[in-house]
Amino acid sequence: MSDEINETLLNADLKVVNLGLESFALELTQQGVEVVHVDWTPPAGGDPALAELLSKLGV
Amino acid sequence: MEIIERANEEAIRRMLAGDPVLVDVIPAEEAIPTLGDRMILHAGPPIDWARMCGPMRGAVAGIACFEAWAPNLNVAAEMAASGTFTLHPNHHFDAVGPMTGLTTRGQPVMVVENRAFGNRAYCTINEGLGKVMRFGGNDAEVLDRLCWLRDDFGPAMGAALREMGGIPLKNLVARGLTMGDEMHQRNVACSGLTLRQLAPALARAIQDRDALARCLAFIGGNDQFFLNIAMAMGKAIMDPVRDIEGSSVVTAMARNGTDFGIRVSGTGDTWFTAPVEMPEGLYFPGFSEVDANPDMGDSTIVETVGLGGFAMGAAPAVAGFVGAGLASEAGNFTRTMAEITLAENPEWSIPALDYLGVPTGIDIRLVIETGLAPTINTGIAHKEPGIGQVGAGVVRAPLACFRDALRAFAQTLGVS
Repeated sequence: MSDEINETLLNADLKVVNLGLESFALELTQQGVEVVHVDWTPPAGGDPALAELLSKLGV
Repeated sequence: MEIIERANEEAIRRMLAGDPVLVDVIPAEEAIPTLGDRMILHAGPPIDWARMCGPMRGAVAGIACFEAWAPNLNVAAEMAASGTFTLHPNHHFDAVGPMTGLTTRGQPVMVVENRAFGNRAYCTINEGLGKVMRFGGNDAEVLDRLCWLRDDFGPAMGAALREMGGIPLKNLVARGLTMGDEMHQRNVACSGLTLRQLAPALARAIQDRDALARCLAFIGGNDQFFLNIAMAMGKAIMDPVRDIEGSSVVTAMARNGTDFGIRVSGTGDTWFTAPVEMPEGLYFPGFSEVDANPDMGDSTIVETVGLGGFAMGAAPAVAGFVGAGLASEAGNFTRTMAEITLAENPEWSIPALDYLGVPTGIDIRLVIETGLAPTINTGIAHKEPGIGQVGAGVVRAPLACFRDALRAFAQTLGVS
């Protein structure tokens, strides 16, 4: 990452999109940071065998 | 896979093409000729007496007395424990029943005919609120009401329906959705609309004014009168969707107070079961979670066709009643259920959601992919027999039965 980008990132207002664990979003919200939380879980609840089965079944 | 996409298109076509009409009320033994002596149909997947919950046992004992198979409740329970009665799920006999859901030969059943496919489905008449057999009630008051339904109300309602040529249900439900019903925990509008249609024919069918008044008051005094009609409608719509090779659409969800079971079109009539969950909700004064029985009944057939918890957005008042949050959040339940279904029903739309059609066709693949379990609006029974309803709430279908169903479904297609 160049110094220029780094400087922009650190000096600008944070724009946060949080995926998955809602507690991360809540922590930032409590510190006044605007967060868009996306309620996401891994496909098939993170079960690799079920996820593979789903991919074979066209999902 | 193309075979799945084609099969599911056919499943959705059949669901949307369904044309359910409430046509009659007749004795169960006439509707279901194989329903024999000492035979009891119950809600949910198969279960024996030993594993039955308290309300289900209470209802079994009560219905045995109603049918004069036992002289009293204690003897009835002993007979049940010794295997005197044959127990089967309603779903195996074209029927459904709310909560304990018992169907026996002497009870009157409402008949819903799916005129697009020619099949019929049956459900007993809703007994009203309070102490009733569907919540395990079994005292003299409960049994007397069942006798009145059998001897007076059922025959009169049947005569009225035959005279008027039946009540088409698709449009009635569409109207109910615009009036705040979701057809599981709120049936205020549809019960009223049904009464409005039935009343003139009932007046012609019943000569005695007092008897007529009692019948009209019975319907008018029961906000959940339409629930059992909606259930028979759901069964009539879903049965033609069974046994489509390659379809991953759920054709039935049902609970017996111990197990939750689902059936999937592509796996035929196999039940996939998991321990049923406890509803989360609100309790009537004097009751709490410690009194509650796990979830129970065939009424999840209404969610299977896209109503109930799936249509929560149509019924903001229900969100508060079942403790599901703010009225303004009701639509979130419907939108979430759209993530695990394949289509919207254009004929059953929800004005408050910009006429979004109710989520239709639960796909077990989408349930497992998203981890979103079907949302069910439900009544809560007391765990002890004979007490009745103690609250209302929301319960999730257990994901374990969907996982088992997915594995079995894959096997039918040679996928492992």
